Amino acid sequence: MSIRHSLLALLSEGPKYGFQLRQEFEASTGDVWPLNVGQVYTTLDRLERDGFAHSDDFDADERQKNFRITEKGEEELSRWLRTPPDLSQPPRDELVIKVLVASRLPDVDVYDVIQVHRRYLVQLMQQWTHLKEDEAHFDLAFALAVDAELFRLDAVVRWLDAADGRLRRASHESTTEDTVALPRIRRRTGAQR
Amino acid sequence: MSMLELRHVSKIYGEGATEVDAISDIDLAVERGSLVAVMGPSGSGKSTLLTIAGSLELPTTGDVMINGANVVGMSRNDKARLRRRTIGYVFQDFNLLAGLTAVENVSLPLELDGISMKKAQAQAMSALESLDLGDRAERFPDELSGGERQRVAIARAVVGERSLLLADEPSGALDSVNGEAVMRMILTACHGGVAAVVVTHDAKLASWADRVVFLRDGKAVDETLPPQRPEDLLEHGTANPSES
Repeated sequence: MSIRHSLLALLSEGPKYGFQLRQEFEASTGDVWPLNVGQVYTTLDRLERDGFAHSDDFDADERQKNFRITEKGEEELSRWLRTPPDLSQPPRDELVIKVLVASRLPDVDVYDVIQVHRRYLVQLMQQWTHLKEDEAHFDLAFALAVDAELFRLDAVVRWLDAADGRLRRASHESTTEDTVALPRIRRRTGAQR
Repeated sequence: MSMLELRHVSKIYGEGATEVDAISDIDLAVERGSLVAVMGPSGSGKSTLLTIAGSLELPTTGDVMINGANVVGMSRNDKARLRRRTIGYVFQDFNLLAGLTAVENVSLPLELDGISMKKAQAQAMSALESLDLGDRAERFPDELSGGERQRVAIARAVVGERSLLLADEPSGALDSVNGEAVMRMILTACHGGVAAVVVTHDAKLASWADRVVFLRDGKAVDETLPPQRPEDLLEHGTANPSES
């Protein structure tokens, strides 16, 4: 999540003070991502250093500074909005590694390991979903942010379900070979280190 | 007293070499006002559990208590009455009768239970209106969208004095926004005192429940812990913003 570009987006609506930016950032992300005011001023300093924003009064206390987006900042915001995040390399996912390791250890029940993580993820999803129950406090930014989190967690649960099914099938089909060819998979996907 | 209680319930299909344990030694209690989800892969016994909970099938062993009455040993007529008056079913494929309008579909179980057509239709209208379907009451199922058909099915399941709602993959092939609307309606019924059981393989649906029971090979292998306060998530957010 880029605070830098989110602040640029807020500045593109018009000049703003640091404290105001913090409040608007939190509101625009449905209060799902809290932000401390120090992060805001550090980021604004860097935006100013890079020529993406400037403040009206260089001598004023930070809290008194009114920030504006520059033309270069507008261009940077436009470029960022249209640049897909780098999803081409699979991340080094701790949960995937745990299941892969569990599947190779003879004294560990990999299905039990999978279930522990499945239960934890569903519990997290229950908490996020319960936040959505009260429609009166359900603004659009909040709904979008909570949905994103639920879809992300749901994808992990689905992966656990698929891993569970694949491991069971593999253990039925092969009694002599290892159930998962870990080194070959890693070479093929080229996971990030 | 629980609205639904399964005690050591097992179901075996077939005999001898072809014998299959569909569910084994299931204990499950569902209180009024609570929503329980049963989650598991295909073939884990979810649908068998639901049909037994709804008295559509008898267990091979064990007891099924609905509002304190044991379904095992109950006469056919008493079971039919229990199903008409107490239990509402929601299926993945809606199961609406094509030749009846929305309001007729909803009022049918009441009429079958001996309530006059006028009273039954008034109750059905009220159930439809509570689900924002008042203006669709005279439409036939093929004139409704998928989401509307499922809402009619929910209205039919909760109309009258039903106190146990059983749903099998209730959001079926609906998109996530309509699926969420379906779960919100089931939850609203629970807030009104209904006990509900939803079986699903979908974690997003299951996450609407107060409690999620995990089924595997016919056995209840695990369940979620009591929910924490949702505010904890926002106070200690799991998503941390970072500079980039």
